[in-house]
Amino acid sequence: MSAVLLRAGLVVGPESTRVGDVLVVDGSIADVGEGVIAPVGCHVIDASGCWIGPGFVDVHTHLREPGREEAETIESGALAGAVGGYTALVAMPNTEPALDNVALVSYVLDRGARTPLDIAVAGAITQGRRGEHLAPLAEMAALGVRLFTDDGVGVQDPSLMRRALTYARPLGVRLAQHCEDERLAAGGSMNEGALSSRLGLVGRPALAEELMVLRDVELVALTGGALHFMHLSTARSVALVAAARARGLDVSCEVAPHHFTLDESSCEGYDPLFKVHPPLRSLEDVTALRGALARGDVDVVATDHAPHAPELKDLPFDEAPPGMLGLEHAASLTYEALGDEPDPRRFFALLSRAPARVAQLRHADDRVRHSGQGGALEVGEDANLVVFDPGLVWTSRNEDLHSRATNSPYDGRAMTGKVRATVAKGRVLVENGELV
Amino acid sequence: MIETLRGQNLLTLDGVSRQALVEVLDTAESFVEVNRRTIKKVPALKGRVVASLFFEESTRTRLSFETAAKRLSADVLSLAVASSSVKKGESLRDTIATIDALGIDAVVLRHQSSGAALQVSRYVPHVRVINAGDGLHQHPTQGLLDAFTVRQVLSERAGTNGVESGAALFEGLRVLIVGDVRHSRVARSDVAAYAALGCEVRVAAPGTLLPTDVENWPVKVVDDFDDALEWADVVGLLRLQRERGSGSFVPSLAEFTATFGLTIERARRLRPTTIVMHPGPMNRGVEIDSRVADLPCAMIGRQVTNGVPIRMAVLYLSVVGSLEGAR
Repeated sequence: MSAVLLRAGLVVGPESTRVGDVLVVDGSIADVGEGVIAPVGCHVIDASGCWIGPGFVDVHTHLREPGREEAETIESGALAGAVGGYTALVAMPNTEPALDNVALVSYVLDRGARTPLDIAVAGAITQGRRGEHLAPLAEMAALGVRLFTDDGVGVQDPSLMRRALTYARPLGVRLAQHCEDERLAAGGSMNEGALSSRLGLVGRPALAEELMVLRDVELVALTGGALHFMHLSTARSVALVAAARARGLDVSCEVAPHHFTLDESSCEGYDPLFKVHPPLRSLEDVTALRGALARGDVDVVATDHAPHAPELKDLPFDEAPPGMLGLEHAASLTYEALGDEPDPRRFFALLSRAPARVAQLRHADDRVRHSGQGGALEVGEDANLVVFDPGLVWTSRNEDLHSRATNSPYDGRAMTGKVRATVAKGRVLVENGELV
Repeated sequence: MIETLRGQNLLTLDGVSRQALVEVLDTAESFVEVNRRTIKKVPALKGRVVASLFFEESTRTRLSFETAAKRLSADVLSLAVASSSVKKGESLRDTIATIDALGIDAVVLRHQSSGAALQVSRYVPHVRVINAGDGLHQHPTQGLLDAFTVRQVLSERAGTNGVESGAALFEGLRVLIVGDVRHSRVARSDVAAYAALGCEVRVAAPGTLLPTDVENWPVKVVDDFDDALEWADVVGLLRLQRERGSGSFVPSLAEFTATFGLTIERARRLRPTTIVMHPGPMNRGVEIDSRVADLPCAMIGRQVTNGVPIRMAVLYLSVVGSLEGAR
């Protein structure tokens, strides 16, 4: 028997919170309450002053394997995730080659099963992510794939996107869209505006994103399909999805920590660490996204963790690839963004419960060897748990990161709130903020 | 606000003060005379090494910088990118590191990416970096030599000399910049220089070739190009940046020429005192009629000539960091 007791934390359920203990025995939650007796030989973790909630679920992680193992591997990404409080990651399919068939999906699932986390796979919507022809969605779905995206780019052809939504609907899977009209984005490398003009950088207008959000909301209405909007970066994009939700459409959306933390002025020094697609937007957008997070207009915080080898982030701004690391900062940045008195239920909704729902990871699935994620912290659930200390102030250092890559824009930044412990499938992976 | 170029990198004219601009123009004035001598050389940068790195094609800027460096007695390391290790995939950082390892005092950089000069200045903080054009961003020495040429012509006409006139001749001077403003680093540097020196600047271009945020620029967009030609004291033409895809921003080159080209018919509307400028290389028959380019009001050759003293002044101020011994 293996037992872990999380002692005297604020136990955060979906509806209510209370101070208590969580006892984990052999991979599942055995008891929740006050003054739970620790069995003999039990590993006790003091959680006083901390929040105890379901382990975080990232629906948007670039694990780079296969093809770019110099930037990240499934294993290194899983460890970085554990430090960030994640117990499940959804691997994005823009690997080399793209995850657009059963063989490649199986490969990633197998590698993922060797890590202590649950590694799910998002399959490509189109063959080779080229946006020309549907990938074998049904075959991949039979393997347990629940989310499909061409992320890195959106499906540009509206007719093909319509077909994908219609085809996916009876399979019970969800499509996820990287919303940017690439023709309107015009190969740009930062937000279009006065700053891009002054810096002489071609801009990606907010409208390039918003047009595709608008288009896809209507395609969902037309097809009755289900769609998850990835990394929305503008106030208007979030408003469009909120309005679609109010119409009763099956839509969900995520925002990434960098989009509610950093604004376009970070690009002033042409440092490619701040280059990302969609780009960092105006300060007004950043403020609006923070408001939307607290209000509940945003379902999910997703990292868009995008490791790149150092030499690729040391190119001229327009030549460097977009993307930045996110797994080890998302929880702190989300906590900061939720205002002066963050609601712990909202915090765990954004980082765990809603993403688990969107990615359909709520229940264990033997086909993919996954446990249940994003739980309500009730007896009998799989023990995927995180202990988050909202009072801990720390400074992020890129040399301390666990990713293979170091392209984080937060080097030297003070952060509030930190993951103290991560328990995945009953196993303590992180304690006192460090890998065990 | 940048108050002097002495001992500084020259990356942009954006935010460079009037005083700093005039200091460069005045320093250049002292080098004009050197270029008229039989022995066109001063020992100001003797023993200093200037590296010239052009990642993009260039005729006049490169020759002009290298001539300027040599006339200051600097040793010049000139990298022809087309035949360098850049073609083997060497990165910008490694290329700069290699040249820096040879021992250099300044690097003159032309690069197709905006911001490249600023990035290089972070790689080699002990070396002075002179931006010779970065992407769509800035071409500061072009802005300086354009302002220098205007001041030279106007002061000659007024029977004074440039140094004595300071910035006075620019006050209220009506400058019209025409053409591909959106993709032009020359326009960004010219507008910054002319505005800082006190000129009234207007721009004329098809809507697609105006910057998307033109309302934030210290310029007015003209409604009628032909009327604006009568208004202008200085007409600065810009090259249509066909290599940056500008061709697809207008229906055809012929239509661009018909609407915003300085044709011989339009040139007749210019006042006799108006100066016509073009940074080169010209697309003759596109933004400027071949015959207009050869009119006496066109200062295109003089701009090239003035490039040398301006770049001597920039190298001198930036590398030596003081005005001592400028002559």
